[in-house]
Amino acid sequence: MYTAQDYKKGQPRWCPGCGDHFFLASLHKALAEIGVAPKDIAVISGIGCSSRLPHYMATYGMNTIHGRAAAIATGAKVTNPKLDVWQVSGDGDGLAIGGNHFIHANRRNIDLNMILLNNRIYGLTKGQYSPTSPRGFVSKSSPYGTVEDPFRPAELCFGARGHFFARAVATDAPGTIEVLKAAHDHKGASVTEILQNCVIFNNGTHDSVYDKEGRKKNAIYVRHGEKLVFGENNEFGLVQQGFGLKVVEIGKDGYTLDDILVHDAHCEDNTLQLKLALMGDGDGFPIALGVIRDVAAPTYDEAVEAQINEVKAAKKYHNFAELLETNDIWEVK
Amino acid sequence: MAEQLDIQELEQVVVRFSGDSGDGMQLAGNIFSTVSATVGNSISTFPDYPADIRAPQGSLTGVSGFQVHIGAGKVYTPGDLCDVLVAMNAAAFKTQLRYAKPNATIIIDTDSFGKKDLEKAEFKTDDYIAEMGVDPDRVIACPLTTMVKDALADTGMDMKAILKCRNMFALGLVCWLFSRDLDVAFNFLREKFAKKPAIAEANIKVIQAGYDYGHNTHSSAMNVYRIESKVKEPGRYMDITGNKATAYGFIAAAEKAGLQLYLGSYPITPATDVLHELSKHKSLGVKTVQCEDEISGAASAVGASFAGALAVTSTSGPGICLKSEAMNLAVIMELPIVVLDVQRGGPATGLPTKSEQTDLLQVLFGRNGESPMPVMAALSPTDCFAAAYEASKMALEHMTPVVLLTDAFIANGSGAFKLPDLNKMPAINPPYVPEELRGTWTPYMRAENGTRYWAVPGREGFEHILGGLEKDNKTGAISTNPENHDLMTRLRAEKVAKIAVPDLEVEGDADDADLLIVGFGSTYGHLHAAMDELRASGHKVALAQFRYLNPLPANTAEVLKRYPKVVVAEQNMGQLAAYLRMKVDNFVPAQFNQVKGQPFVVSELTAYFTQLLQK
Repeated sequence: MYTAQDYKKGQPRWCPGCGDHFFLASLHKALAEIGVAPKDIAVISGIGCSSRLPHYMATYGMNTIHGRAAAIATGAKVTNPKLDVWQVSGDGDGLAIGGNHFIHANRRNIDLNMILLNNRIYGLTKGQYSPTSPRGFVSKSSPYGTVEDPFRPAELCFGARGHFFARAVATDAPGTIEVLKAAHDHKGASVTEILQNCVIFNNGTHDSVYDKEGRKKNAIYVRHGEKLVFGENNEFGLVQQGFGLKVVEIGKDGYTLDDILVHDAHCEDNTLQLKLALMGDGDGFPIALGVIRDVAAPTYDEAVEAQINEVKAAKKYHNFAELLETNDIWEVK
Repeated sequence: MAEQLDIQELEQVVVRFSGDSGDGMQLAGNIFSTVSATVGNSISTFPDYPADIRAPQGSLTGVSGFQVHIGAGKVYTPGDLCDVLVAMNAAAFKTQLRYAKPNATIIIDTDSFGKKDLEKAEFKTDDYIAEMGVDPDRVIACPLTTMVKDALADTGMDMKAILKCRNMFALGLVCWLFSRDLDVAFNFLREKFAKKPAIAEANIKVIQAGYDYGHNTHSSAMNVYRIESKVKEPGRYMDITGNKATAYGFIAAAEKAGLQLYLGSYPITPATDVLHELSKHKSLGVKTVQCEDEISGAASAVGASFAGALAVTSTSGPGICLKSEAMNLAVIMELPIVVLDVQRGGPATGLPTKSEQTDLLQVLFGRNGESPMPVMAALSPTDCFAAAYEASKMALEHMTPVVLLTDAFIANGSGAFKLPDLNKMPAINPPYVPEELRGTWTPYMRAENGTRYWAVPGREGFEHILGGLEKDNKTGAISTNPENHDLMTRLRAEKVAKIAVPDLEVEGDADDADLLIVGFGSTYGHLHAAMDELRASGHKVALAQFRYLNPLPANTAEVLKRYPKVVVAEQNMGQLAAYLRMKVDNFVPAQFNQVKGQPFVVSELTAYFTQLLQK
């Protein structure tokens, strides 16, 4: 058995109070609970503040180049499907420069645990807006506010036919550990969005849910098979109305607990899961935390192995010498 | 006429099959080269196809050619101009005549020279033979389509299927011209269409009809040729294209090293056939990922290498620009990957189906920072096998990315390939971390030759983190220490500089040449042929062809300075010359530079070199 200590290495260099510290501690704990040996884990990141993370892991890993972590992780996983591959990116690394690799890793459904540490800012380059910064966001590169809409990671994941999406707040250790374990257990590409604060360049970006009190009011923990209720005393719930969702108070306006939706993370159709994932951001809905979508599907790496075994059984050549013999050969005597 | 039949002994002959892209000229050419190789002739082939998949039928832009050079002795190139031109339609006749010798025999299908065909090919008169200034006595004008229809009339085949056999009639005629035994062609077709015996038999019937047509009419006193084989190196052979040979080289290297073969690639002409070839061989455990882009192809190869595979990424043209970022990552992480660059015409999209040697300086220097990287260039279609094997061995044993340059010319061209024996090929021994370093090992510890050790994930006790940031030489932790960066930069450079490569070989008049011809990679055949011709006419000439570009052979400077005159001939504007001038003091060669997208023409080379000799 392993403890969090077995996965720890070095002294993180992130700013004091950075959300990355919280996430790293939860990752160490989650890995200990999962129990995969450090020798069988590869943590692969791109570039950015959060991409420093592999340096603080006592596993195998790489802190690579900007945006390419998913592509590099793909090569590693396809080569050795037994490796437990964690791909760590920030919002700039994963969704801007690495956007293409992000969507294709999801589409291919390679068994990667993709972590998206979302602080809605470029930290390492000292404060430019990111693809998840809201419209109008003022930053060094947008002094008069941005004039573009952000990506919503879940929407991108679902649009790329992703089969797993979860969300946690960096400061919420139990919530983070729970989704990391679920991400690991999911076979295929999983996207876990971590809401994370940047104390220097975007302080307070996730304030509404960053502490426990805030989460009681402004978040809903979703779990497969459980009622979608929230509030300090679970007095609110979600019901379906028309093409959308609606927040109701249980016991008011004729709504009882029976009317409240039960979460189905395993539902192939992602319509309601997407609605859950997009809630929040001042629209009167709570932010959904937990495993929002978790649907089984064939994985790329396993399919490659299966195809190799099938073809091995079907073909008569299994080494280079035998391959040569499959050609039209003539002999000069 | 029949009585005048004259059998001419030839040293070598060049045949060019041309027609619409869909006319099956490549298949006809391939069968002809196989038939010739079987009797021991040397062969070299070159497909010349347009960038459009199917340009409008009969149009000038839709013509594709396939040239076969066969010789009694060794042939080095697919030949400059052809002795026999097969033109399946008016457009082919018009566009391909420039590749024919003045006295070449020309076979045309008169059924494809109707009014509309002539219009499409932009002929001004009905007398197309006169219009092109061709001696009608050199033309075998036969109603080829009609005869194919007649030959297959009672087979019940539909017209579309019948017309697909036209190429085989032309092949039959050519086989007759060169007194070829048809059995080999028949066997080839029976194997190719093993699952469609009716198609095989139809094709065979048409070849026979073409052969008989030649035999029975002797086609108005045409010469019939015979090419005896002189140099026969005993052994078992197959016809192989450069791209296939490259793929085979990677397969062989992976097996020898005991590693999985991984290819990350994005389709791009003319490199795609390597992806196609490797994708077939799942029974050998080969894994190919068709990636979302060139970047991902290279990046995923770096990931595969980290995980312990022989990792390859293949590309061409603009693809090599996109891969440079991940190649540099492999430089600083000191992980082995092989980057195959099948060069084509540039810049940008350039000439996708044509050949150049214009990426040399880019692969040597085109990356940010100090980025030393070994570079090799294959000499011929069959050399692609050995070059891919060596590039893999070099990458794995020295923990470095290696670039292998080929190009459209040798990638698509083919030659007779003597089957290699993997048992006799050199061993490949990657520098895995020795067990005795357990407990003290750090990621940038080096073996005696300066190579970083390889610790593959899954091995307990050797967990480590690599990365694109500079690392401390001792601890492997991120470091911005000025002395350390300077040291690491030098260590990476020394590691590559120390790689042992064979001396530069000088062929021809090595002792007393008046002119040394210098080239690299795929121009070997043409430069060799030019040297042979000059020597045959009494000149003292030598050839030094570079196969290793970085590191350069140790004797490079000595060879380049040994001769009174040196010419560097390359298919670019002088990249090798510039590089050699940088590496060798006071070296000022003459230059022959051409970027036409087509192979060199030996006669143009000899004309230029003769001028140099006379100066």
